[in-house]
Amino acid sequence: MKNDCSFIKLYWHYVSINVRSMMQYKTSFFLSVTGQFFVSFNVFLGIYFMFRRFPEVDGFTYSEVLLCYGVVLLEYSLAEMFARGFDMFPGMVRGGEFDRVLVRPRGEILQVLGSKFELTRIGRMIQALFMFVYGIVKSDVTWTFPRALTVIFMLAGGTAVFSGLFLIYAGICFFTLDGLEFMNVFTDGAKEFGKYPVGIYGEKMLLFATFIVPYALVQYYPLLFLLGRRNSLFYMVLPLLAGAFLFPAMGLWKFGVRHYQSSGS
Amino acid sequence: MIMMEHVCKSYRIAKRNAGFREACKSLFFREYEVATALSDVSFTIGDGEMVGYIGPNGAGKSSTIKILSGILTPDSGRVLVDGRIPYRDRIEHVRQIGVVFGQRSQLWWDVPVIDSFELLKDIYSIPKSGYRQNLEELTQLLNLEELLRTPARQLSLGQRMRCEIAASLLHGPKLLFLDEPTIGLDAVSKLAVRDFILKLNKLHGVTVILTTHDMQDIEALASRIILIGKGRILMDGNLSDIKKGNADIDETVAELYRSYNI
Repeated sequence: MKNDCSFIKLYWHYVSINVRSMMQYKTSFFLSVTGQFFVSFNVFLGIYFMFRRFPEVDGFTYSEVLLCYGVVLLEYSLAEMFARGFDMFPGMVRGGEFDRVLVRPRGEILQVLGSKFELTRIGRMIQALFMFVYGIVKSDVTWTFPRALTVIFMLAGGTAVFSGLFLIYAGICFFTLDGLEFMNVFTDGAKEFGKYPVGIYGEKMLLFATFIVPYALVQYYPLLFLLGRRNSLFYMVLPLLAGAFLFPAMGLWKFGVRHYQSSGS
Repeated sequence: MIMMEHVCKSYRIAKRNAGFREACKSLFFREYEVATALSDVSFTIGDGEMVGYIGPNGAGKSSTIKILSGILTPDSGRVLVDGRIPYRDRIEHVRQIGVVFGQRSQLWWDVPVIDSFELLKDIYSIPKSGYRQNLEELTQLLNLEELLRTPARQLSLGQRMRCEIAASLLHGPKLLFLDEPTIGLDAVSKLAVRDFILKLNKLHGVTVILTTHDMQDIEALASRIILIGKGRILMDGNLSDIKKGNADIDETVAELYRSYNI
């Protein structure tokens, strides 16, 4: 237990040193935050204009879609904020900094997580929060305790799924030594698809998003519960189940580390 | 004590000819070549020894250091460092060693050096009193007083190297690997680094393994020299073994390289 404490303490120490580093470049920080905000704002405009033409998409109203996208964007930004180290991992392997990770008496995952904490994603999170709050207010969800809990589960599970994707991306780097752009199909793709409730894309897409890359578990199903279209509590805990996606991702990563140690690439 | 017995290590390297067409071809059909980094390397290093590990570029120096520090797994052979197998007991092992990569920094670029040190204190879980004592001693020996509050990016190379070395020693390791610690340093900084390493060895009996291309480093520091070329240990002895008369150390080593055809 004492070990766990120092694990979290060390992580916060990493976060704090990252933030202190960033504060050296104030202007750059604020510009990045603003930029992040406007990038997502554009996407929001896209949805807005879409709904100017069509009152609803497959039974979902404007505010419900905003609620949905707000949550997904929050999840994605949280994952990017915390797991950015994995996103930047190709550079770390090629620059040989991963050797440094291996000569320190700590787990590799913790050290890579700690290597980068991307506070600028706060810009995107602000935008996401706006949409989220607007969605909540306008889509007249009657708030109950299970529903509030569902939102928290969605955020936790979604952050885990996106982090898992980053982890897989980094794990593959051990073999290719370079980032694989096609992985963005899953990371950015999941975020883009996440704009609308996944169910509207048809059954095949839904199957994929349920069993392969489980972002429907953190988006579509709990959303149905949130909006009162399903009442089974099973829908509420599905996002937590999606967290299990981290296990195969970690398996791949560990496999990659072993490959690195025997190939020295 | 460090023991390497019949250690072999080879890498698979993708090969292709020059040109765009060849590059496209290699996307699908890749030819590999096996490059031997180490073949049948054996040596033993006792506690408190200072060993200069020399050889031309690509001879296998870095591979050896990486295996001894637990970064790489050898293909075959036995490696024991104080009874630990480095690549198997990685975490246990690296707690007890310090590694300085001369060409790579471990300091956080934008924050004062002391901030990086504080983080290392948590990474290695160094107890408070031990940390303070080590820091005090290192600050004094390496003359860091003025540097600790400066961000690493504003340090000169020589100043930064002194901080790097201190960073690798905060947890008080008994074994220190120095991979080209004096590369690119001016004369004053070089002397300061050498002087410190000697003191460290004398005061705390730290075992030092040093790779370098700077033969003055070897002359000043290493009581024992291991020469590696093309993945094999070619010579294991001391400076007086290879030095003829009053020939210059650089000439002596160049002559040595030539005689082994490496």
